[in-house]
Amino acid sequence: MSKLFTGAEIVFKALEDQKVDYIFGYPGGAVLPIYDELKNHKSIKHILARHEQGAGHAAEGYARSSGKPGILLVTSGPGATNAVTALTDAYMDSVPLVCISGQVPTHLIGTDAFQECDTTGITRPCTKHNWLVKDVNDLARVLHLAFEVATTGRPGPVLVDIPKDIQFKKGKYSFSKSTLKKKLNGRATHKISNNDLDKFIDLLKKSSKPIFYTGGGVINSGPQASEYLRELVSLTGFPITSTLQGLGAYPGDDPQFLGMLGMHGTFEANNAMHDCDLMINIGARFDDRITGKVDEFSPGSKKIHVDIDPSSIGKNIKVDLAIVSDVSEFLKSLIKRFKEKNKNFLSSNKQKTSKWWSTIEKWREKKSLNFINSNKIIKPQHAVQRLYELTKDKDTFVTTEVGQHQMWAAQHYKFNKPNRWMTSGGLGTMGYGLPAAIGVQIANPGKLVVDIAGEASVLMTMQEMSTAVQYKLPIKIFILNNEYMGMVRQWQELLHEKNYSESYTAALPDFVKLAESYGCVGMRAKTPDELDEKIKEMVNVDRPVIFDCLVDKAENCFPMIPSGKPHNQMILGPEEEEEISDEGKILV
Amino acid sequence: MAKSKSAYSVPGKIGKIERHIIVVWVDNEAGVLARIAGLFSGRGYNIESLAVAEVDKKKHISRITIVTEGTPQVIEQINLQLKKLVPVHKVADFKRGEKDILFRELALFKMLANAKKQEKIKKICKKFNPVVLDKTNKSFVIQVTALRAEIDKLAIDLKRLGLISTSRTGAVAMTKGPKIFN
Repeated sequence: MSKLFTGAEIVFKALEDQKVDYIFGYPGGAVLPIYDELKNHKSIKHILARHEQGAGHAAEGYARSSGKPGILLVTSGPGATNAVTALTDAYMDSVPLVCISGQVPTHLIGTDAFQECDTTGITRPCTKHNWLVKDVNDLARVLHLAFEVATTGRPGPVLVDIPKDIQFKKGKYSFSKSTLKKKLNGRATHKISNNDLDKFIDLLKKSSKPIFYTGGGVINSGPQASEYLRELVSLTGFPITSTLQGLGAYPGDDPQFLGMLGMHGTFEANNAMHDCDLMINIGARFDDRITGKVDEFSPGSKKIHVDIDPSSIGKNIKVDLAIVSDVSEFLKSLIKRFKEKNKNFLSSNKQKTSKWWSTIEKWREKKSLNFINSNKIIKPQHAVQRLYELTKDKDTFVTTEVGQHQMWAAQHYKFNKPNRWMTSGGLGTMGYGLPAAIGVQIANPGKLVVDIAGEASVLMTMQEMSTAVQYKLPIKIFILNNEYMGMVRQWQELLHEKNYSESYTAALPDFVKLAESYGCVGMRAKTPDELDEKIKEMVNVDRPVIFDCLVDKAENCFPMIPSGKPHNQMILGPEEEEEISDEGKILV
Repeated sequence: MAKSKSAYSVPGKIGKIERHIIVVWVDNEAGVLARIAGLFSGRGYNIESLAVAEVDKKKHISRITIVTEGTPQVIEQINLQLKKLVPVHKVADFKRGEKDILFRELALFKMLANAKKQEKIKKICKKFNPVVLDKTNKSFVIQVTALRAEIDKLAIDLKRLGLISTSRTGAVAMTKGPKIFN
């Protein structure tokens, strides 16, 4: 007879077999047997957060910067409900998370017991799959399946709910790799056909106004995918733009890169998307921040869509060539085939796309990311630019909160490598950046990790500074402090007759003193002339820092596509703001 | 074009609405119906009827038949999203009105009717494989199997003849001839 293990032991045996090195979590009554077992497994370190949401975002930051799944351990009831925001965030941004939650003992399930909630019911719509384990002999199989579901196909969060009595009960442990042979989002069953490759190459050859539109799928496919993407873009000589989540897959300072596209994307990227005759979408999902009004989205183009998730294809935009595949595998095959038959493509095609490039250059001349700088007051864009200039020589990792500062970071911080940029794009979770930075720093010790933050967002998960101090994680919280929920304020200015209803935070804490009370370093920059010195000082401190950067309170984030407009009707700056229609208001 | 400065886009053109019957084979495990139903409600799809039962006792496979309507794009999404669910084995999709597919619904009608009326009712139900399941001198329960629209019409006709209670299943479907769903 094989040896029997308790449920708690099985959990750790499975984590060890999955080569887990960190767990982010928070203990509680229903999960204590698992916490008991922690001391017996030295290879697994537990990071104690201050709130389960913080633990979840930290696990996300860990996953996104390392390429490995993030592990979250929470208790029943409030532990699980607090994790819901992080799980939903991970679901929207395709981040692999494995959440293990304690549950009340099986005989009490359904009785409204203390700290009981229907965890699998609550998390069903925000996980790829979840399980309530009612038999300890199922536990090992379920846990390994959970890892497989989380990390294959389009990655995402999963949850395993384990009642307390199951954690105590003894059962069998077995580990066989690939419990799940079935297709998951198509990865296993979809072979790339030469026919598809030839169609793809044919479209490339025929196009005179092409554009690559790449997204987070490239990052999720692993660092190799970024290498292939760079090779393909250089082989074709085509322009490339990226979504928010795709930044870093292609070098941000490369001349073929047009900057980010979408609602706050560059003029040249959006106009190129609108006017192109071939759109090559690799690992992006035609999200509404990208397409605007779908009927008028890039009306004259043929569209190719490469995505690992079949349900992403044709969901928002109809395409002419759909390829269900992992980005890396596809690009590898494509480049091979392309090279075989098109040795001199770049030189022969230069003529064909030269007109397109000169149109793009004209759009570029608009310098749509420009802003009017000041020598009295720190402009937030200037602050991000200085941060970039002073940290670009290091291998810097950037996280953000959500709002204006996030868009300015995306516009002005240029990424050259994948997995260096962690932001909540799909769900748009304020409070994401600080705990995410903790996870990033755990996965990348010794590297510079900066959370470009807003003062409103960062207060939502500020308690995690205590975590950073406990584990000596020298994360830098760079707050662009304008005392407003900036993006809310911006929309109120543009849409709601400057009725700044509840978007101003009176009685903000003194962030420098707050930093000191947490036991980290507090700094403040008030004027442009002291900014550089202070940033350098921040970078050089080997402790967690809260940097309070006081910026212009009235600055708006431009350029922008007002929704309902196609990509070629961007507003470039305040002088172009139009009258606001009543119809527009109801849609916010 | 609509003038809008919203953070969300304005709705585009809506395609033609079609009615489809979607058959899903799933592992018969706890919560599987909630997953399917939740997918529909969460994404704003419509369920007109739903029929579910285990069809393979050994492998614990249930067959779910869902009648839904939506634009071709929505129907495609329903299919693709269903296929992504872990307990889903396969999905088959049929447009209402396809020739080589059989559809049936079952209905039970309870009637307050004397013997004379009962004969009349049986006559009305004749085309729909009527089976009398229960009979007293004041009432009787009759079972029919037919298409949805036929049962709709029948219910209206029976109203005049003393219909006091109706119980209906959702539609189930099967292909004609020797071939089966793949």
